Amino acid sequence: MTCALSIFAIVALIAAELVMQSQLSWHKFGLPFFYKFNIDPDTHLPVFWDPVNGSFYALPFLYGTLVTSFVALLIAVPLAIGVAVFLTEMCPRFLRGPLSFLTELLAAIPSVVYGLWAIFVLIPLLREHVSPFFIGIFSAPVTVKLFGWTGLVGDDGLFGGVNLGLGLLAAGVILAVMILPIIASLTREVMTAVPHSQREAALALGATRWEMIRVAVLRNARIGIVGSIILGLGRALGETMAVAMVIGNTAEIHRSLLSTGHSMASVIANEFSEATSDMHRSALIEIGLALFLVTILVNGLARLLVWAVTRSTPARVN
Amino acid sequence: MKARNQENRLRSSMRKLADHVATGLAILATVLVVTPLIAIFGYLIYKGASSLNLAFFTQIPKPEGEVGGGMANAIVGSGVLLAVASLLGVPVGIGGGIYLAEFGRGTRLANAIRFTADVLNGVPSIVMGIAAYSLVVVPMHHYSAFAGGVALGIMMIPTVTRTTEEMLLMVPNSIREAALGLGVPNWRSVLSITLKTASPGVITGCMLAFARVAGETAPLIFTALGNQFWSVSLNREISALPLQIYIYAISPYDDQHRLAWAGALVLIALIVVSVSLVRYVASRGILKGAS
Repeated sequence: MTCALSIFAIVALIAAELVMQSQLSWHKFGLPFFYKFNIDPDTHLPVFWDPVNGSFYALPFLYGTLVTSFVALLIAVPLAIGVAVFLTEMCPRFLRGPLSFLTELLAAIPSVVYGLWAIFVLIPLLREHVSPFFIGIFSAPVTVKLFGWTGLVGDDGLFGGVNLGLGLLAAGVILAVMILPIIASLTREVMTAVPHSQREAALALGATRWEMIRVAVLRNARIGIVGSIILGLGRALGETMAVAMVIGNTAEIHRSLLSTGHSMASVIANEFSEATSDMHRSALIEIGLALFLVTILVNGLARLLVWAVTRSTPARVN
Repeated sequence: MKARNQENRLRSSMRKLADHVATGLAILATVLVVTPLIAIFGYLIYKGASSLNLAFFTQIPKPEGEVGGGMANAIVGSGVLLAVASLLGVPVGIGGGIYLAEFGRGTRLANAIRFTADVLNGVPSIVMGIAAYSLVVVPMHHYSAFAGGVALGIMMIPTVTRTTEEMLLMVPNSIREAALGLGVPNWRSVLSITLKTASPGVITGCMLAFARVAGETAPLIFTALGNQFWSVSLNREISALPLQIYIYAISPYDDQHRLAWAGALVLIALIVVSVSLVRYVASRGILKGAS
């Protein structure tokens, strides 16, 4: 009983500590902490995060977190759904065990190892092969002429600027690899929870396998799939080490995915133990508090959705 | 009539085509997902195995830029941190699981606790680090192994609670009823009948939580801080395997990269062994003690 209640206590304690420790920056900067910035009088460039002069605004970290998570979802969601469909509906029985074991292993690798791999394998790969391909597409005269009005192509577009390898794109890709197994395994779970009679009904009406999957499986499981995607998003938002190792760690905002940045979690990991002033530390804790609240909301929502689907159905039938 | 036939045939072949395309895409997605996994493992084993040697397990890190040295202190440090974490996380987690499965089953409070545990599971580890920092480091005025252990221990609790609950729920009711029918008090039945029956499953659940926090770096950066020297004191900064991998991975020296790969291989081996163990025990069924 007390042990179980301690879980409430832990959440309350974490929240209370975060709120208390971030008082300093909350009182000084208030809500504008998350959207304002200063302008450097000499260069006329925005200054967000300036520990030396004690001015802290968190906008670039919000931007970095959102962009990397979005890129990650963009890559991971179609792949994860594809894998889940393959595993539940198409896979020969002898492959099913090893494949689901592999996806489980992927979830068990610590994020620092993902980061290590990303530094030495993924980043060179992106820099030498993947990014030049996209730069070629995005800065070709045809695309500039056709889509120039969107501001997303050309030299200051999504793939403009210096191609370092490090940056938002690399962080997004490694996040995608990390959240894939979570989304895939949960999607698989909600798909297996779809009753067999639904599938059989669709097949009996003469549907091909794909039509059966589309009409019977995906449509019935869609709420659970959305829930598992949100759960993956929650993981991506809070992921720290792998992102801190590849994102480049600069508190700036650029449109290009190739530029370096910072996410909410990575700035805490990088600067917390070296924070020079109480204000600096307090500002970092306030970012942590924001991260805590956002992930609680996101996770709570996702759990409710997944529960709503799997609770009413009978135990898994394989 | 003929035109209609032709139209029907066209439609049916389009549907077949869509079916094949979808199948192909699903297979492609699976291949794309499996490839990075094999790439990561292959590269890790290739790099790690060529970097592993005896010195890695016996020596402490050399100063920056010097060749050689090992991570002995980090391995021991990880052991100390995980011991503190388990002492905190396992009893509380198992207690919580027992409550959820045995005493509070179906009550609104139990549902709320289960939900909170799931949500707590998703809270980023770095936030746990901040919490441990302000709970332990700030009052003590210095970084310590104890603070790192507390951070990891808090992270273990929700996982252990949920797996314990799931394992206890798999114990058949007839066993409980038999114990109660013999006049055993409820708490006694829970501890020495139900929990004992489910113990292989509960232990594997603890191993799973253990494996998960063994790889955590983020909460250690500003609680355990890391240490270049031998230390087993709970009151001092301590090194840990993932922390040392992180420090070496972002360093500019080739020899430290080599050590980082070796460390990653050791860490992965630890985790893969425990996860496979969990799977093996889970597939054998947890109720060996019952028969």
